[in-house]
Amino acid sequence: MANHTTGVPTGTKRSSRSVVWERRRQAASRFWATYRRSGMGLAGLAILVAFALMALLAPLLVSREALDVTRVDGPILASPSWEYPMGTDESGRSVFALVVWGARVSLAIGLLAAVVSMVVGATVGIVSGYRGGRWDAALMRFTDWFLVLPSLPLAITLAAILGQSMFIIVMVIGLTFWPWTARIVRSQTLSVRERPYVERARGLGASDRQLIPRHVLPNVFPVIFAQTILSIAAAILAESALSFIGLGDPLRVSWGGTLELAFDAGAPTIGAWWWIGFPGACIVLVVLAFTMCGNALEEILNPRLRQR
Amino acid sequence: MSVLEVSDLSVSYATRDGPVPAVRGVSFDIDRGQVLGLAGESGCGKSTIGLGLLRLLPRGTEMAGRAVLNGADVLAMAPSALGAVRWTQASVVFQGAQHALDPVIRVGDQIEEAILAHRSLTRRQTTARTAELLELVGLPARRAKDFPNEFSGGQKQRVMIAMALACDPDLVIADEPTTALDVMVQAQVLRLLKSLQMELGLSMLFITHDLSVLAQVADRLAVMYAGRIVEEGPAEEVFGSPAHPYTAALAGAFPRIGDEAFVQAPGGLDGDPPDPRDLPTGCSFHPRCPRVMDRCRTIEPPSFPAGTGHRAECLLLEQGAPESMPT
Amino acid sequence: MSATPPASESAGASGVPLLRVEDLHVTFAGRHRVFERQGRASARAVDGVSLEIEEGEIVALAGESGCGKTTLARAIMGFVRPEHGTIEFRGKPLGKDLRGYRREVQMVYQDPTGALNPRQTVYDSVVEGLRIHKVPGDEAELVDRALARAGLRPPERFLLRFPHELSGGQRQRVVIAGALALEPRVIVADEPVSNLDASVRGEILRLLLQLRRDSRISILIVTHDLALAWSVADRVAVMYLGRIVEVGPTRDVLLEPRHPYTRALLDVVPDAQDVGAIDRPLLTGEPPDPTRIPEACRFHPRCPALADGRAAEAGVEGACRSDDPRLDPIVAGHLAACHLAHRRPSGFRVP
Repeated sequence: MANHTTGVPTGTKRSSRSVVWERRRQAASRFWATYRRSGMGLAGLAILVAFALMALLAPLLVSREALDVTRVDGPILASPSWEYPMGTDESGRSVFALVVWGARVSLAIGLLAAVVSMVVGATVGIVSGYRGGRWDAALMRFTDWFLVLPSLPLAITLAAILGQSMFIIVMVIGLTFWPWTARIVRSQTLSVRERPYVERARGLGASDRQLIPRHVLPNVFPVIFAQTILSIAAAILAESALSFIGLGDPLRVSWGGTLELAFDAGAPTIGAWWWIGFPGACIVLVVLAFTMCGNALEEILNPRLRQR
Repeated sequence: MSVLEVSDLSVSYATRDGPVPAVRGVSFDIDRGQVLGLAGESGCGKSTIGLGLLRLLPRGTEMAGRAVLNGADVLAMAPSALGAVRWTQASVVFQGAQHALDPVIRVGDQIEEAILAHRSLTRRQTTARTAELLELVGLPARRAKDFPNEFSGGQKQRVMIAMALACDPDLVIADEPTTALDVMVQAQVLRLLKSLQMELGLSMLFITHDLSVLAQVADRLAVMYAGRIVEEGPAEEVFGSPAHPYTAALAGAFPRIGDEAFVQAPGGLDGDPPDPRDLPTGCSFHPRCPRVMDRCRTIEPPSFPAGTGHRAECLLLEQGAPESMPT
Repeated sequence: MSATPPASESAGASGVPLLRVEDLHVTFAGRHRVFERQGRASARAVDGVSLEIEEGEIVALAGESGCGKTTLARAIMGFVRPEHGTIEFRGKPLGKDLRGYRREVQMVYQDPTGALNPRQTVYDSVVEGLRIHKVPGDEAELVDRALARAGLRPPERFLLRFPHELSGGQRQRVVIAGALALEPRVIVADEPVSNLDASVRGEILRLLLQLRRDSRISILIVTHDLALAWSVADRVAVMYLGRIVEVGPTRDVLLEPRHPYTRALLDVVPDAQDVGAIDRPLLTGEPPDPTRIPEACRFHPRCPALADGRAAEAGVEGACRSDDPRLDPIVAGHLAACHLAHRRPSGFRVP
């Protein structure tokens, strides 16, 4: 065994804590070193960073006024040029502006929906997997019910009752996605629950409330994390789809919404390929990027690397 | 007449941190019809030898030295020649053999696979041979159509032995064949191995950490520590009068029922078996040796005689007279 | 169903044994799937066990796989609930809330690597019990003391290590330290050394002996290795198919076994000095299966004494096939569940 002195002579609660943090830092940098080796993961990350910057810096790139149909004065349905790199729509708005500002909405909805599905799904999954027995059976039936719930009729129904808004979209996606997370988290929880050190903690007298945060959650979390990344991708795609069929927030510009407008205006027939192409390409790229990152993460997290 | 002559065998594994020496210059012979027991704990290199003899180690592993099987050096052979030797002249019963059976293929088919990989026989001949092999290991021939999960642990082990005998090898390398078996089943398997060995005139390299098992089956015994054979000799003599302190200590770790010396006094050593990556200087056993001398820390002991056909690598033997270690 | 020796026969001074198990039954329900022709029958893993452990006593629970020894240990730890029977600690049966009990009865596991959370330092693993029970005192000092008692000295060297940086023997000592931190009265050790290298086992066993000597901790060792029992245990209890078939002082049980199963086990224990062992007769018949426990004496289908006529000679053959023998004393302190043993008290002496 190589030299493993940490330079801390006496053990106190504080030093143990600081060593654990030091180890966490080391584990993080090792993780990054491994991640770096995945070309797919790096490419995905680069794309995501680019889009994130675009969304965050939107006001700096294009003024919000460019979205207001009453205030623009660009040429109608102009193909891409130096002045309008992505062309214009039928109201004369720059498609570039639509893409940049649409990024905010699409990414935000995707992230929020994924967070909702992760929180609900992880909770259900952990409770179900840890408790087992009747809780597990009941929760899994509950999960199955949501699993077969079709997102489209649900969206239409909710839109009809509560009106159309970003909130509705987030809710719809969150409600239809959480079962996937729940199942995966449940199976990971089941496997962690059986581990000898969990039983040892129980043997020491730990209650569930002490066991779960200390032993179960840290080992289930990596799976949850990888799963969340993948569900963001799915959520963005879902948002685009729902907006495309007209259930999105009519007051906000999103990529799906832009596609909806384009199709309604008959863009394919007219030949205004830029109006469909650029927003569509963004959706594809972002979803692809999240998927690549998620896959790279899963490769790293399973099988568990034994630190040596 | 030797079936196997190993001279100065060394094996190093390729790891991220560089080559790790698992076996450091090991030499031994196995005569026809003889059982050599290779004893040692984790990290000593015994399993490496077992797999290395048929070149079954991972790619990138460096091997040096000679391993002459029936007159030809296995380590120097071309892959095609090696393929002809594997299983027909020497075969392996692997560690954890019970898990080496494919659960979705019938047991008979798996044995046939082993036969057909090395022999070209007709369908009928293969089936007949499979039946013969099953009977040889004490299982009814009709069980060839059963799946592995229908067998108990001991029975699966017998199947693995049957597979190892499929092509009539001269040498069988058994790597921990009875570890993880209950003591009753272990006795059955040991008995089977011993009777097969005598009946078929097999030579055997029996690798295990359990010294007491070796007393039942081995003719000669070689004890390994940190990649080297530290003592070798006729089994009775090595057990009865061990020359190396490690052998004595290892034997002490297997208490004998009825021996008052062990009551409330489990044997064993302090410290841990050494990590091959970080071996001590001089004699690799010196940090744990109950009879360590100053010179042991700096000098790697060569082999000294300790009786007829009995040798040990320990500076305590340097004076010539074999010292008997208190057991 | 099984008789227990009166408390006065056991070694304790107080009269009440520290830990007492009475007629314990643990059954694992079978699976009966609707569309399967053959479900799995229920397994009577522990089928009527009574056992007492005195303060400062080391008892070995020996047997092969499937005999129920691990299940019994886990039932004593409260990890599985028995269908029937009682477990009493200091004379009081276990209640619903096991917290107090868990401070006094601790477990050491077969796999020390699995038993430690790989993300926690040695300090974290040892302090866990203290924090769960909110034990008063200086945490760091208590941890140091537990590690020192477990033989990890100086403790500072180990506090901040992770399990993968330790050897197998050291990991097991950490597990033991974690148990010692709570100052238990009983340690239940489930195959504590079988996963460790042979030369390292002695260390851990000597540690357990020392804990008994210095702190009067009682130890229940579950093991398949009778030679281990010889070297550490005061008493040995041999289990077969969920029942204790013989129990008594180590020397008596291992040198003059009364039950044919114990004799058969001893015959096949490999022994470096006893090369003749490989030629002794083996048990025939099916290996023990807790889902199919034979009627009457559960050992009778495989019993050599029945097969070779000794039982008939002694006139107990009928009883072997019809009555389930009780675990009754042959002499004070040495019990066996065997009709023949009670008829012929001389036992099967080692030749």
